Amino acid sequence: MSDVARTTEVAAVDSPAAVKPAYKVRKRSVKAMIDRYKWYEIVLIYAGMALFLFFILAPFIEGFLVSLKPLSQLFSTPYNFIPENGSFEAYFTMWQSVPMLALYIFNSFFISTVVTLIVIAVVVPASYAFARFQFSGSGMMLGGFLAVNMFSGAVLLIPLFRLMRSMGLLNTYWAMIVPGAAFLIPSSIWLLRTYMLRIPRELDEAAWVDGASRLYTLRRVVLPLAMPGIVVVAIMTFIGAYAQQFIFALTFNSKSEFMPLPIGLFAFFGKQEVIWNELMAASFVGILPVMVVIVFLQRYLVAGLTAGAVKQ
Amino acid sequence: MTSSRSAVMFALALLAPALIYILIIVAYPLFDTVVLSFTNAALRPTYDFVGWANYERIFGAGNFTEVILRTFIWTFFSVATKMIIGTLGATLLNAAIPGQSVFRILTMPPWIVPMAIGIFMWGWMYNGQFGMISGILQNTGIIDKPWPILAYGDSAFWATIVTDVWIGVPMVTIYMLAAMQSIPKDLYEAAWTDGAGRFYRFRRITLPLLVPALLTMSLLSLIATFNSFDIIWILTQGGPSGSTTTMIIDTYKTAMGSRKYGEGAARAVVICIFVSLFCIVYFRAVRKLSQGEAK
Repeated sequence: MSDVARTTEVAAVDSPAAVKPAYKVRKRSVKAMIDRYKWYEIVLIYAGMALFLFFILAPFIEGFLVSLKPLSQLFSTPYNFIPENGSFEAYFTMWQSVPMLALYIFNSFFISTVVTLIVIAVVVPASYAFARFQFSGSGMMLGGFLAVNMFSGAVLLIPLFRLMRSMGLLNTYWAMIVPGAAFLIPSSIWLLRTYMLRIPRELDEAAWVDGASRLYTLRRVVLPLAMPGIVVVAIMTFIGAYAQQFIFALTFNSKSEFMPLPIGLFAFFGKQEVIWNELMAASFVGILPVMVVIVFLQRYLVAGLTAGAVKQ
Repeated sequence: MTSSRSAVMFALALLAPALIYILIIVAYPLFDTVVLSFTNAALRPTYDFVGWANYERIFGAGNFTEVILRTFIWTFFSVATKMIIGTLGATLLNAAIPGQSVFRILTMPPWIVPMAIGIFMWGWMYNGQFGMISGILQNTGIIDKPWPILAYGDSAFWATIVTDVWIGVPMVTIYMLAAMQSIPKDLYEAAWTDGAGRFYRFRRITLPLLVPALLTMSLLSLIATFNSFDIIWILTQGGPSGSTTTMIIDTYKTAMGSRKYGEGAARAVVICIFVSLFCIVYFRAVRKLSQGEAK
């Protein structure tokens, strides 16, 4: 009931009804005046913002400038922030220094993609079940899934290692995919469940009255409506899987042909003489895809990152 | 429709894949950790039960309480700093100024980018001979010789905290921003009409209504920070001479470095006990807060 009420409310706000404009104008003028800043407030806000963003972005700026500097300048004192005769040379030479770089990047993508597919396949039916059916223990189970998030993979490393060994998955892609997906399932269930709760239950019931089976209702009524939510969850899962490839890949795989980018570069990072400009160049190539995602999908990202967190 | 038997069976069938997956990959290993902690398991295929011997050994060795204490100090400073910077950042991002949406995007990279890669960049910034921090401090004359930040215990300890804060701040910021935006605008308009200034509105409307979000976020952040592994492992591997060895690092070294699975499991169990306590506090807080909202 309340869901329907909310949808109609939203529709009313969106529709250009004849009565609305006058009210809207008044509202906007209050808003405009409330948001009017004095000049020193503007200065303070921008100064604070600059400081805040400097903290956030400094490593990236420095990393990028390092990737442009020739090694001779990097290893010279005094320190100079701005590259002198900087070039993109490192972006070409890195392929020789890290011969498997392209493979590492591919591995990162491959692992994240398979993880995303597994998570979506498992999470869509589960969150539908949590969103629609009340049964004894459903609340407990939902809490249990949330609790999984609280235990990091690092704590479970020993038994997971033994489990992977006995399943014969050590040193394969699966050793990174299987545990990686497990720790992304719970938050995805919460996220998608919140989304599915917003789909009016009346639609299911209408299909039920018309004689549709439960599975048919899920496939033909709910899934199409939940598609935007599923896309958000898929993006979040992919980014999560891409960002968190470290501990399982470090522990469960020692074959360099299966290594994801962070681990491949970690071996490079651990060397005595680190070729920093190439390491930074390789890092930037590795984070480029995520940067593109942030810019184009940031609207969905904010929704995805905060949904399920602010209000249930 | 919702309460019938077949509906419940259908719901359970839908849940089965997720449930089985989590049972095998998370619940069983959790159980196995507890079992292993009472054994002398190591690389060899067989092991025996040794009772409380592992626990006696780790608590008897003396440095374990030190590790626990260090973990709590590390976690406390990291979480507190994240919450302060994140809330300040959210307040700034919430201001209606031109460029707002761009600033929001620019906040996210540390969170979204592969963690390890962000940490590599910090690794370079902390470099003593040629890194940015030591370099700028030398150029400005604050210090007169290279400062290898990760080579000294104290500075390495704080450096890992700074990097952890850097990775955690975007999440806190975006979350607090969302919480601020869910505060009804009418409240501000009413206060404004009554002549309340900006700072007064922030202190009397925003902050009180933000308390639930601050509390839940602190607890979530606490749990995540307590489990933090990548940052310390990449930057210092727990060194120099153990000054950044938190419980997670300690467990990893025992289990994967020395291959003492039994003893490592016992250390992991201690972590699990702490995390479970945090979880209980978290769930209680969430329940209390949502009850408060309903009133």
